Amino acid sequence: MQDQNKFNYIIQQADNCLILGQRLAELCGHGPVLEQDIATTNISLDLIGQARLFYQYAAELQEEGKTEDDLAYLRDAWDFKNVLLVEQPNGDFGKTIFRQFLYDTFSCYFYEELMKSSDERLASIAAKSHKETLYHMKWSGDWVIRLGDGTEESHNRIQQSVNELWSYKDEIISVNAVDQEAEKAGYGVSLELIKEKRNEKIKAVLEEATLTTPEGDYAHKGGKEGTHSEHLGFILADLQFLQRAYPGNEW
Amino acid sequence: MDTALLEQHFNEKIDQDIRIEPKDWMPDHYRKTLIRQISQHAHSEIVGMLPEANWITRAPSLRRKAAALAKVQDEAGHGLYLYSACETLGVDRDDLFADLHSGKAKYSSIFNYPTLTWADMGAIGWLVDGAAIMNQVPLCRASYGPYARAMVRVCKEESFHQRQGYEIMLTLCNGSDEQKKMAQDALNRWWWPSLMMFGPTDKDSKHTEQSMRWRIKRFTNDELRQKFVDVTVPQAELLGLTVPDKDLKWNEERGHYDFGEIDWKEFFNVISGNGPCNKQRIEARKSAWDNGAWVREAANAHAEKKAKRKAA
Ligand SMILES: [Fe+2]
Ligand SMILES: [Fe+2]
Repeated sequence: MQDQNKFNYIIQQADNCLILGQRLAELCGHGPVLEQDIATTNISLDLIGQARLFYQYAAELQEEGKTEDDLAYLRDAWDFKNVLLVEQPNGDFGKTIFRQFLYDTFSCYFYEELMKSSDERLASIAAKSHKETLYHMKWSGDWVIRLGDGTEESHNRIQQSVNELWSYKDEIISVNAVDQEAEKAGYGVSLELIKEKRNEKIKAVLEEATLTTPEGDYAHKGGKEGTHSEHLGFILADLQFLQRAYPGNEW
Repeated sequence: MDTALLEQHFNEKIDQDIRIEPKDWMPDHYRKTLIRQISQHAHSEIVGMLPEANWITRAPSLRRKAAALAKVQDEAGHGLYLYSACETLGVDRDDLFADLHSGKAKYSSIFNYPTLTWADMGAIGWLVDGAAIMNQVPLCRASYGPYARAMVRVCKEESFHQRQGYEIMLTLCNGSDEQKKMAQDALNRWWWPSLMMFGPTDKDSKHTEQSMRWRIKRFTNDELRQKFVDVTVPQAELLGLTVPDKDLKWNEERGHYDFGEIDWKEFFNVISGNGPCNKQRIEARKSAWDNGAWVREAANAHAEKKAKRKAA
């Protein structure tokens, strides 16, 4: 292993991308309207693409002859370092949207900073991903506004999802030892900086959507350290089934 | 102009292969037949998303997962172009959906079969998209302009899907014994339903003659089916798989493969609602639509409020 901390740092984001991409993939073919079915599938596709770029790089750093698929398919839940937010179930369209918005408002500013990484490879993955997340954030933000401002039913439904997901919004900008070392070494970003921009964006969109900011700032945590919700085991059972049932094959 | 004259003019255009466009006069029966044909095709695209979507979360590699997502997304796009083409004939997309959900409108029966293993993702791309191409390439020259143009875009993507499906099969056939078994099992299950995709035999096909006259169908069902068999059998041989038809034999004299009789009882059974997944497919479409009602209402309400605010 060339650099264990860099590997861990990359895995955190790779796992976020993969698990959220996987969640969105569950929706394919079941969207509320054809255009939005295409949109969620497209975001899923972008996220899987980003996950692959990160895993490929991580596998190279690992120097064990492993591939992106080894990392995605052959680790167990405790090795996954994604935040709890991205493993939350899709729920109704409002919940899918607000989960996406909370993620996009992180990833967009995260990539914006990561583009300046001292690690060229990370900077280039970030540049490519940033373009995609700009579009994602516009899409999810517009939908938060549409649903908040739309009908009484849609307003109540999305407000409910805002309340439900609120305690999952801050883990993603919480700093752990890996983040600290990454920032210090120059290839990582300052999550403090991202936090400010992100909070402003969330505030502005909730306001335009006429939604109420929930009280309380309790944050569920654990994902970044490998302690997950009960959901992740099932996500992985689904994701990894073929590789586990028929190990060692080309597909 | 009286109707007879209009109809004569219309027929002349058809005979000269001049495209009919939405604003042109057309016989009522032509319009209705097109609406039925195009909407059936559109429904097939979106119902067809479901059997493949069933394996996206379980795709065995990230590359395959991405390809599967992209493929199913393409099919949704095909649905969109085709619904749009249909709307140029004066029908509303929501009404077409209502007919699908009520069971009034049909879609390709092939999608009423289940996807049981990963190999089905290969078999569907190879055989189902392959059969779709046979059916659709001639429609790029269909007499109705918007339909023909939609088909050009669709066909390009379908042939990519077909190659991708074949490549999944090839990988499995070069793999472990279990993978080969998966591939053979998928061919066994999908072969006959794929042949059924071309519809009833020519002598039982009630719409063929008129549709060929109007050039919204260019070859008969049996002609297309034969072409599909002729192209696909050598591909199966290349994979090292056995086509599940003991009567399949090259006929030197005809220059075509002879093949066994399709189980038409099964065909009509699946069409009339008794396929293994008819209920589940319609239920999935219906519940997506019903669960999305509040979202569509919200989008409309917001758009109206926004327009009002702008006007104020
Ligand atoms: Fe298609
Ligand atoms: Fe296709």
